[in-house]
Amino acid sequence: MLMKAPITAEEDARLAAATRRRQARSRLMAHLALGLGVLIFAFPIWLTVVGSTHDVATIGRGDVPLWFGGEGVANYVSAWLRGGSGVRTTGGLPAWLMLWNSAVMAVLIAVGKIVISLLSAYAVVFFSFRGRMLAFWLIFITLMLPVEVRIIPTFEVMVNLGLINTMGGLVVPLIASATATLLFRQFFLTIPDEYVEAAKMDGAGPLRFLRDVVMPLSITNIAALFVILFIYGWNQYLWPLLIVSDRDLETIVVGMTKMIGTGDAQNEWNVIMATAVLAMLPPVLVVVLMQRWFVKGLTETEK
Amino acid sequence: MRKRVIFNGAVLPWLLLLPQLLITGIFFFWPAGQAIYGSFLREDAFGLSREFVGFENFSEVLADPNYAQAALNTALFSSAVAFSALAVALFLAVQADKAIRGANAYKTMIIWPYAVAPAIAAVLWLFMFHPQIGLFGRMLNGLGINWDYKLNGGQAMLLVIVAAAWKQVSYNFIFFLAGLQSIPRAVLEAAAIDGARPMRRFWTVVFPLLAPTGFFLLVVNLVYAFFDTFGIIHALTGGGPGKSTETLIYKVYVDGVQNLNFGSSAAQSVILMVIVIALTVVQFRFIERKVHY
Repeated sequence: MLMKAPITAEEDARLAAATRRRQARSRLMAHLALGLGVLIFAFPIWLTVVGSTHDVATIGRGDVPLWFGGEGVANYVSAWLRGGSGVRTTGGLPAWLMLWNSAVMAVLIAVGKIVISLLSAYAVVFFSFRGRMLAFWLIFITLMLPVEVRIIPTFEVMVNLGLINTMGGLVVPLIASATATLLFRQFFLTIPDEYVEAAKMDGAGPLRFLRDVVMPLSITNIAALFVILFIYGWNQYLWPLLIVSDRDLETIVVGMTKMIGTGDAQNEWNVIMATAVLAMLPPVLVVVLMQRWFVKGLTETEK
Repeated sequence: MRKRVIFNGAVLPWLLLLPQLLITGIFFFWPAGQAIYGSFLREDAFGLSREFVGFENFSEVLADPNYAQAALNTALFSSAVAFSALAVALFLAVQADKAIRGANAYKTMIIWPYAVAPAIAAVLWLFMFHPQIGLFGRMLNGLGINWDYKLNGGQAMLLVIVAAAWKQVSYNFIFFLAGLQSIPRAVLEAAAIDGARPMRRFWTVVFPLLAPTGFFLLVVNLVYAFFDTFGIIHALTGGGPGKSTETLIYKVYVDGVQNLNFGSSAAQSVILMVIVIALTVVQFRFIERKVHY
């Protein structure tokens, strides 16, 4: 740095005032930018929620309302029980049925993934056995084979196993996951060796150690992972689209997009909007209510 | 890192691994093998017999102008989604990192779109930009712009890009914010004392320190734009109008599921696998480096 002349008290005060002004401007800028950001993220939802409270003619005419109408209860009842009147929108299913299917699928995927990756990570970290590295690599490599790149052959396997149109077919192929296994492995490696030593000295076997020491230590990781995996399961699209043609198993995400069809202006858009709100609600609530765990789960699965 | 104290046993560890390996074998390796095998075969018109055709499926796919178009669409779509989602997220994260009132409320309001399914995000944007019932779609038409994403390919592409980027911002925001918060305050204060203005401080100090996060996110965003946006395209445009929003993934789906062209679909799957493997290798080589910092 260049040598500067000593700063006088006057100059000092002037500089301090300038800094304060700059900080105030910077804060104002932050509020404006974040406010705009929030607006961009909230506005689509606002329009949809508002639209779901109007009658079908208002929306169909294109008089897009910005404030709530009086048809909200009727629209949600219609979406919940029947999926629309069936006059204008074809293919509507009762939302309760689709929500139930989505909930069952999401919970089974989340629990299934956690159970099988916990067990396999435990085996890889706490045992020494032949083929340990091979097993680890076999699991790791699945990262490189997302469903999307092996659509047709996976579909054929499902047909051969008779898993088309079953909840098992919807869930089981999605519960193998390298990321959850890697997360648990990383966490298990931080468990001090002394714990294992102590457990061994007390005569505890590996299963006892898993149940009484490893599981309790993993609780926060399991909770964080559950939040992420529940959303992952709930938001599945391509897989249910392929596997399910039986409408009793339709999930809400796929079912609601089917209601749109070709996007005709004559659709029963108010009921479709109500269904969209119902489809978004559970995962959004999970994120908002469990924000801390959600952020933890997200940043740690990607390490 | 290797544990020193571990359990012995030959059967138990395999029993613990069994569920995962079984599912991986049946639903990952078996179909992936089938895809590779199928990419060298061709089925006759009636689906009765299959014959070995070598690399013919591949050369046909790569020579197909529709495939080149889909590759071009994918490149445009993915780079636009990744760039805009990263830029917006970085800008918002820098603002949210300042010590301001209500910072946490802002964070929650920006994070929640992560929970919205890609297909639902598409529907929300459809509600806004539908030419007849959408607020902005009607507004654009009112201004004399001929807006109909169901007829105009460029408009359709723009809409799927915006919907896909909109959904991805929250994810990037979380990671950029975590990255910003891990930069030691002392470094920033030192730069401030040295007389660096905020903008200069950002580009010379903060931005380089965020580069690892940014690079990691770039790969994640590309993977997202490649594979996780199927729902957005399917729900919003169905690959159309014409084939103007058909990406590589979407084409595998169309050729395999709708046109039942197994050989071509299998060859396309194999090409995509190569792309995923390349992206994963890049990602992990980078993570290795980060660990050694």
